[in-house]
Amino acid sequence: MEITLKLYASLSQYLPENSVKHSAKFEISTSDTTISILDRFNVPDKEVHLVLLNGVYLHPEERKSLNFSDGDTLAIWPPVAGG
Amino acid sequence: MSWTRNVLRVNLSNGSITHEPLNMQWANDYLGQRGLATKYLVEEIDPKCDALSPENKMIMTTGPLTGTMASTAGRYSVVTKSPLTGAIACSNSGGYFGNEMKNAGWDMIILEGKSPTPVYLYIENDKAELIPADDLWGKSAWETDELIHSKHQDPMLRIAVVGRAAEKGCLFSAIVNDLHRAAGRSGVGTVMASKNVKAVVLRGTKGVGGISDPAKFFKATEDGKKVLAENAVTGEGLPALGTQVLMNVINEVGALPTHNHREVQFDGASKISGEAMLEVRASDGKANLTTNGACFGCTIACQRISTVDKNHFTVKDKPQYQGNSGGLEFENAWSLGTDCGVDDLDAVTFANFLCNEDAVDPISLGATIAAAMELFEEGAITVKETGGMELKFGSAEALVWATEVTVKGEGFGLDLGMGSKRLCEKYGRPEFSMTVKGQEFPAYDPRGIQGIGLAYATSNRGACHLRGYTVASEILGIPEKTDPLVTEGKAALVKAFQDATAVVDSAGICVFTTFAWTLEDIAPQIDAACEGDWSAERCLEVGERIWNMEREFNLAAGLTAMDDTLPKRLLKDIAAKTGPAKGRVNDLGQMLPEYYQLRGWTPEGVPTDETRMRLGL
Repeated sequence: MEITLKLYASLSQYLPENSVKHSAKFEISTSDTTISILDRFNVPDKEVHLVLLNGVYLHPEERKSLNFSDGDTLAIWPPVAGG
Repeated sequence: MSWTRNVLRVNLSNGSITHEPLNMQWANDYLGQRGLATKYLVEEIDPKCDALSPENKMIMTTGPLTGTMASTAGRYSVVTKSPLTGAIACSNSGGYFGNEMKNAGWDMIILEGKSPTPVYLYIENDKAELIPADDLWGKSAWETDELIHSKHQDPMLRIAVVGRAAEKGCLFSAIVNDLHRAAGRSGVGTVMASKNVKAVVLRGTKGVGGISDPAKFFKATEDGKKVLAENAVTGEGLPALGTQVLMNVINEVGALPTHNHREVQFDGASKISGEAMLEVRASDGKANLTTNGACFGCTIACQRISTVDKNHFTVKDKPQYQGNSGGLEFENAWSLGTDCGVDDLDAVTFANFLCNEDAVDPISLGATIAAAMELFEEGAITVKETGGMELKFGSAEALVWATEVTVKGEGFGLDLGMGSKRLCEKYGRPEFSMTVKGQEFPAYDPRGIQGIGLAYATSNRGACHLRGYTVASEILGIPEKTDPLVTEGKAALVKAFQDATAVVDSAGICVFTTFAWTLEDIAPQIDAACEGDWSAERCLEVGERIWNMEREFNLAAGLTAMDDTLPKRLLKDIAAKTGPAKGRVNDLGQMLPEYYQLRGWTPEGVPTDETRMRLGL
């Protein structure tokens, strides 16, 4: 299946070179989780803070176990805030 | 004591300037800045007075930490009755003006009455005088700043000034200091101009002393700075991308109000985001963002310094706008960009420059232009009113035109300067106004973030994210993550944020420290600086006292529980069309009664006698 991965702010550097606007589409297996995908792109775990699956927050536990559906969007940020 | 204990009172009607001691009993009860100045205002004006009459007063005020070595301790506030809302106004600014005021020896400057002719207030330590400003009236804030610096031949002057919009009665005029920092919300600049005061000019060389326990203070402030430096948000995130890092976050969670809140997600969000500000332009090889900057004493440095592409239509023949200037914050990029459907980064940046140049609140301006665009698209406004301009969502030309006429107070800009509520009422569609108590919404949609809806509805100064920034918890997980789509627990969350923020705003430091600091980090700094024991518990009680005092001012001014609400669009008429909140409205009714109960208020939103007694009101 195919999902969209979006890496923002300082995490953008870990996307493959052909990415457009902080976003890349790629094939994953049914056993992939957030953690396995981040490993694939060498994103350091300590830099990962906010993880959204289709805009909904994923708790750290869910990142280890939750699998994806075709067409999902996974968006990830380091610790960020604003006002 | 880190208060100077000195108040400067300026009677503009008769020109008298007097010094008086700070009321230290009130300082003990309300700390400083927002809390203490509001106490003075409550005691000195009739809450029912016309905000633009001589009966209203305007107070510039520092906190006990302002000007000290605490991180971000450069803040000051302007407290008055708002002409936009009729409620209490307290607008907070950074830059260097607050520090200069403290160094000149003043906790507070109270402006009362009205000058018969335009003046500016010049203060050099103990010396204060009113100087004719007829030659400055009609000048922009930036021109006035330059002319005053030149006249006094002193580049070290710190100047807070109003622009042309305030002179023309724009109800959301700000006071700009240090060219790019602003006491932005609720029309505090309109009040200053109504008193015929063009600027307040400061030079302070006394230093800031009187720290109660210097050794303890040194330790407490150093500990605080270490926390800020080691925190990923305040140490890395905010310096790198500023508040604008939120554009993509809030869009992804489906809480980015778009097209005057008709939608909750914007296709063009990434084009005007913090990340986009770092992208190199093809035309000149430069990025929108030149560098970051910091206010006095700040170890975070979230400020943006930007340029517009020299070939862009907004600045092509205007070299004065081609250099570095104050760049986009998230709120401004949202209001001028997203809410108006404009994804042209240069146009939005330029519109923001114009807001700084003439001291206008870009949140209220952008939100009002968005309302005007909806009025235009629905036919309630036509090219007859706009002089031919097609005021359509997505038009960068329309955005820039509407900004220019408003900041200069020309033609249709006078209508826009009334703000969204009065504009929509005038053109027969009041339901298009996205306001609470007459003040325009900030950048978070209450359908996608339920708690912020309650925070907007109950904010003492009208719709405002800075009175209780529950987004920190509901979206960003600070201090702990809560679900943005549930209402359970949000009443307590809103109250906690509101009370804690009231303390921060009264101390002289920046609210952005609270992404890393709790009151357990802040209280030791206040405790070491000030007389008496200032525990986190006492600070929180002071915050609650301030919140209730502001509430009582509003009730006395004629506001009621009926004003603690949101526009019908968000409660009933238009559910979120996309994103995680699809199908949702804001369920304010599920949160408000519990909020009143937690506050110790009656079901009508009035503090009970027991609450008043407990807080010493």
